[in-house]
Amino acid sequence: MKTLAIDTSNQPLSIAVLDGNELLTELTMTTHKKHAEFINGVIADLVKKANLQPSDLDRIVVAEGPGSYTGIRMAVTVAKTLSMTLNIELVMVSSLLSLSLNVDSDKYLINPIFDGRNNNMFTGLYQRQQGKLINVIEDQHTNVDDWLKKLKNFDQPIIILGQTESFIDTYKKTLNNQVVVANSLTNIPRAAKMGIYSNNLEPVNDINSVVPKYLRLTKAEADWQKLHPKEGDENYVEKI
Amino acid sequence: MNRNLILSFETSCDETSIAVIEDGHTILSNIVATQIRSHQRFGGVVPEVASRHHIQQITSCIEEALNEAKVGYDDLSAVAVTYGPGLVGALLIGVTAAKTVAWAHNLPLVPVNHIAGHIYAANLEKTIEFPAMALVVSGGHTELVYMPAENQFEIIGETRDDAAGEAYDKIGRVLGINYPAGKQVDEMAHLGHDTFNFPRAMDKEDNFDFSFSGLKSAFINTVHHADQIGESLDKNDLATSFQQAVVDVLADKTIRAINSFPVKQLIVAGGVAANHGLRERLTQELKNMPTELRLAPLPLCGDNAAMIGSAGEMLFRHHVLSDEGLNAEPGLEFDYIEKS
Ligand SMILES: [Zn+2]
Repeated sequence: MKTLAIDTSNQPLSIAVLDGNELLTELTMTTHKKHAEFINGVIADLVKKANLQPSDLDRIVVAEGPGSYTGIRMAVTVAKTLSMTLNIELVMVSSLLSLSLNVDSDKYLINPIFDGRNNNMFTGLYQRQQGKLINVIEDQHTNVDDWLKKLKNFDQPIIILGQTESFIDTYKKTLNNQVVVANSLTNIPRAAKMGIYSNNLEPVNDINSVVPKYLRLTKAEADWQKLHPKEGDENYVEKI
Repeated sequence: MNRNLILSFETSCDETSIAVIEDGHTILSNIVATQIRSHQRFGGVVPEVASRHHIQQITSCIEEALNEAKVGYDDLSAVAVTYGPGLVGALLIGVTAAKTVAWAHNLPLVPVNHIAGHIYAANLEKTIEFPAMALVVSGGHTELVYMPAENQFEIIGETRDDAAGEAYDKIGRVLGINYPAGKQVDEMAHLGHDTFNFPRAMDKEDNFDFSFSGLKSAFINTVHHADQIGESLDKNDLATSFQQAVVDVLADKTIRAINSFPVKQLIVAGGVAANHGLRERLTQELKNMPTELRLAPLPLCGDNAAMIGSAGEMLFRHHVLSDEGLNAEPGLEFDYIEKS
């Protein structure tokens, strides 16, 4: 099974082509400015260097969010369009889980973090059990103080990774020695790991309905919802 | 037999649209998913929301466009896509999806300027003949484009502030009309009289540029002043007076442009080209002129992928091609040529 795996959830870009559990080609980089200019070119290059044609692909795996809005949109647009147009499987993986795959040890609780600015974060809690990553607390957009209240209930060591910089002090104040900060390479997702991990995951049923997992409404929508608490999740787009 | 089929993408603002066009003229399908009802909640287009809707709609629109046209990827000659101008987050969804489809099926990728697309809505009815002039008026644009020959576009005049359609939406809000206000203001304008005599900005100036912010301010000030002294104004008269000022300036400058640049055809395109006041006025003005008036078909005045497919077919013939590196260009513009 030939898999194309894409993670551009935040500034790093990681794309891989795999054959089952074997890596054929992968590119992970952090020096580019915009995913929009790179993502399609990198995919074309990696598939070519793997000696494959687009039509040889069997499956697309994509980090679906949360993360930077543009980043997850570019990845999900490519993944969704490619799987529709080639009529192949599409697997969606949490971007926080994708990053957590960098931690091999099962002795830590794994706490991936994307900076949501102003003391907010996209985060979740994971743990390795017999090679699988178990989701301990679901992915969410939260304030760091509220999140740390939840972490206080655990007494295992917690490893934090991702965009941890602006939260390290607060974590250390609350969790003291319980918190471990990951080293630098661990903070960058690897599409190859996500691709291999997803070999046992089910593809989505309805490709057309796939959207990124933003985990946060736009400001306009949030304000509107406050004023119209009774209006449901109506479909506001119509084909004419 | 090789058919000349373009699969085209348009996502520059608040419509997700995919079309299949044959020979640059025939619309085999033109799927338009409009977000108007969503943005009406906010009184105007919210870019982040627009982008989110585009990604939700994009693949089902592609499938429907191909199904309705009864063609497969093997039948296609090229993929065309709007890459600017427009909202960057919205453009990026169409550009990325188009790049992906083109790569997956080894098809040429044709980048299309959205304004060229609007002009080529006229080409879907009948072939455009050159030299030609186009007045492109919409919520985002007001410009006069001179086309000495096929695939040559030169801006000779444009708005220096608001687009005409933008002015309609802003005064519409003052009249209590939700975005997009153009259609309703147009209807009201046929029921009243031009009693307010709003300013015709730049009308007498020796150039082909436009300005609508002064008109908008004069309108808003008139209504606010009346509110303050407790006077109620006739809304139909307000709409008529506003529209008359817009149409006067658009028509005067356009006529002056085709007098300076003799052309075979004048094309009127873009969302505001659906305005009946403007259509009637230009029809009247061109009656006794040698220039043929080409009003874009009403259903194709707004944003749609059919017009992008028609422009894409022309560009493809001129070997205008791109690749995986194509990026959205929100501020994309034709060259501005200073002429008088
Ligand atoms: Zn437009």
